[in-house]
Amino acid sequence: MTTPLYVRTEMLPQQSPPVGERGIFKWMRENLFSGVFNSTLTVLALLAIYYLIMASLPWLTNSVWNAESLRECRDIIIAQSGPEASGACWAMVRVRWNQFLFGLYGVPDPFSHYWRPTTAFALLFVALSPVLYYGLRRPATIMIGTVTVLLVLALIGLRTDVGHIAVVTAVMLALMALAWVAPKKLVWVTVLFPLVAFYLLWGGSIWGPVGTLAGFAIFAGVWWVLQSRLGVVVAAGVALVAAAIWWTQIQTGVTTALHSAMPIELYYVRSDDFGGFLLAFVIGVSAIAASLPIGIVLALGRQSNMPIVRMLSVGFIEFFRGVPLITVLFSANFMLLYFLPPRTNFDLIMRVIIVVIIFASAYIAEVIRGGLAALPRGQYEAADALGLDYWQAQRLIIMPQALKISIPGIVSSFIGLFKDTTLVALVGLMDPLVGVTKIVRSDTAWKGIYWEPYIFVGAIFFVVCFSMSRYSMYLENKLKTDHR
Amino acid sequence: MTLAIEPPKADFRLGMLVYDTRYRGYTIQVIVLLLFLAFLLWLTNNTLQNLTAKGKDISFAFLWSRAGYDIDQQLIPYTNDSTHFRALLIGLLNTLAVAFFACILSTVIGVTVGILRLSKNWLVARLMTVYVEIFRNVPLLLWIILIFSIFTEVRPEPKDFRVTDAMIAAGEAPKASMALWDSVAITNRGSNIPAPLLDRPLGGTTLFTIPISFSVLAALAVIAGSIYANRQFLRRVKAEQEATGFRPATWWKSLLILFAPFIALMLALGLHFEYPVLKGFNFQGGISVAHSFTALVIAISIYSATYVAESVRAGILAISKGQSEAAAALGLRPNRTMNLVILPQALRVIVPPMISQYLNITKNTTLGAAISYLDLKGTLGGITLNQTGRELECMMLMMAIFLTLSLTISSILNAYNASVKLKER
Repeated sequence: MTTPLYVRTEMLPQQSPPVGERGIFKWMRENLFSGVFNSTLTVLALLAIYYLIMASLPWLTNSVWNAESLRECRDIIIAQSGPEASGACWAMVRVRWNQFLFGLYGVPDPFSHYWRPTTAFALLFVALSPVLYYGLRRPATIMIGTVTVLLVLALIGLRTDVGHIAVVTAVMLALMALAWVAPKKLVWVTVLFPLVAFYLLWGGSIWGPVGTLAGFAIFAGVWWVLQSRLGVVVAAGVALVAAAIWWTQIQTGVTTALHSAMPIELYYVRSDDFGGFLLAFVIGVSAIAASLPIGIVLALGRQSNMPIVRMLSVGFIEFFRGVPLITVLFSANFMLLYFLPPRTNFDLIMRVIIVVIIFASAYIAEVIRGGLAALPRGQYEAADALGLDYWQAQRLIIMPQALKISIPGIVSSFIGLFKDTTLVALVGLMDPLVGVTKIVRSDTAWKGIYWEPYIFVGAIFFVVCFSMSRYSMYLENKLKTDHR
Repeated sequence: MTLAIEPPKADFRLGMLVYDTRYRGYTIQVIVLLLFLAFLLWLTNNTLQNLTAKGKDISFAFLWSRAGYDIDQQLIPYTNDSTHFRALLIGLLNTLAVAFFACILSTVIGVTVGILRLSKNWLVARLMTVYVEIFRNVPLLLWIILIFSIFTEVRPEPKDFRVTDAMIAAGEAPKASMALWDSVAITNRGSNIPAPLLDRPLGGTTLFTIPISFSVLAALAVIAGSIYANRQFLRRVKAEQEATGFRPATWWKSLLILFAPFIALMLALGLHFEYPVLKGFNFQGGISVAHSFTALVIAISIYSATYVAESVRAGILAISKGQSEAAAALGLRPNRTMNLVILPQALRVIVPPMISQYLNITKNTTLGAAISYLDLKGTLGGITLNQTGRELECMMLMMAIFLTLSLTISSILNAYNASVKLKER
């Protein structure tokens, strides 16, 4: 038996793949140049990017941030980079920043009032925290803490006096403590937020909002007492009548008396002075908040077994989905006062908010109906089999699932709604895009500026809408319970 | 002897209307109906009171009185002596014109972008994502105003196009020149594009004061006939393929059937183009297109294209991977997999959101108000409303027209959905 001459006893080290098969070359070959067509596309895309950069880069790098007028801007740019150079004049944004944010809010002495909308905006996040993290101590506290820090910084930036900063900080710290001690109680902040925000934004006597709040308390009390005996809907009807009697007949007398006894009031800001992103947020947030419950009721009405309720809901939804928002806004401007009792007069912003709420709830209703329709029939039957009544079944079984399914749709309606708040410019309100820009450009110092305001406003809208859509995608993934 | 126990026949008491779930539904419906009627009554009553207080009535007679204002862009003849109703029609046609072009353009851009976003090419896919995210997260109004101001502020004035003898002698080029081989002039005042003219037109007639050209009708008839003939031809080829297993070459015959009759008709009618020329202070000749129209079409298209792109992408992604794998297992090439397997199923998902996007485009044309485009909102809901002071009538008419439009589109959508619905069980 001959022994082999040579036996390899250990493995050879692996050879590295050829250059074209590894690292960046492989990636580029596979992803950018995998064929003639793909290579052409890549070259075209590179060309497009090159032209875009060449067209905008000099303009952006020559930007001027410190100037008092467009002429000064142009002079600085010419001094820096020669007579042919063009550049952005962001100094306009720096000088007119407050108007883009607040419009003419509190105008004779704006800086002493800017703390109010800013605080209301911060409280919005406190009110949102139980919606986002119900009963979770850590995230809610961290969120409120972050908001508090940002709020104090913003207030200092807006030259607010120390007294107001101290009060606001104390309130925020108290809310933070509440979030740590009893995170579930934060829901009450959410419930009270609309009235608090209303009072902070508009001001006037404190007893008006308190009276309105008392009306809601009457509604809730009567409903709570009656609902076990009369059923949810009938009890709600009776409670609504009771509250309406309070609001229309009794409230004014009581609040006037209280006001003369204890006059507590903030400087009253006229609605006409609201503008800029403040206006967009006021309209957007109130429409979003109010349209969700109305939309749910409408969607349930459309799915209901009662033909009259169903027909009315369908008519409402289809009507408002069929007409453009602008016609609805113009109706708020021209027609709404015809429909109300003679000598009723309330300002344009309120009318616009009301019609935008109505308009948005029709869209939300359709989105939620989609979610309801997507639920398997078995869920309804299971609820019936458990002996739950209609509202229990909706609350415990149907709505949690249907709302979860409709999250993407709801958020995209919200994004659409927020973008549509710019349309109020067409009925003469001071939105950030058209209204404020017009004011800025009518100033002789900034006459002739037209790219910068649009880019600035567009960028802010982009940030808000883009983060909303990303958050909805995150939420969708987090709530996904099926296995795929 | 029977064991079945009859359920006790409870005699009806009034309280059962509230307490018994069987009857509560009726109570609620009656109450809701009464409330609704009371609400309507309240609204009508308020409106009548307010109208009498202002000394107005509700009448649509104003539609037949003289409008007295000019409209730049008119698809049917109109002068300021025409009636308000005529102005309404012009506005409606202008709305539909923007909607028509914007629908086509946004579909083309959107389908391209949607497919490119799924491309394996990393760079192109990212670029398209950036486009979609930027354009759909910024209000449409901004795009409309921005594009309009690009046209009106960045484009040169007509006088910059002038070529004088002195400039020719000095060998200088004018500051600006016309685009597309000297056929399209885009100045800061408007665009002029070549106008098709006929040497030997077929004449025309008017129907309800709307002029109708027989030449256009003939051209439409020829196009429809060619398309029909081509379909017949393809059907015959398919029959032959199924019978013999051999498919004859069709592409040049199809091209011939589709285009030869039209070209022959145009030659017979003597088609030529009139190009815009700089005369005096502005361009004359050709068709002049207002910037408000162009800007509106472009802005709505690039904005809506992002939504179309997303629905195309979602539709293609919705088809499960098993379908393309099954097609590959059957030995179909990628091209045919797309055409025969993926697209027919994806269209079922893509088309409904696309049609509702067309509806949105139609509604979004009202944003033309921001750049003074005289569409339905501009004529009926704008100048007519301000001149006659008939807010109620104008707004009601406008809402009725938009409702009709959108109900028509959504009934088309429902018909389509019913026709492509999966036939299950």
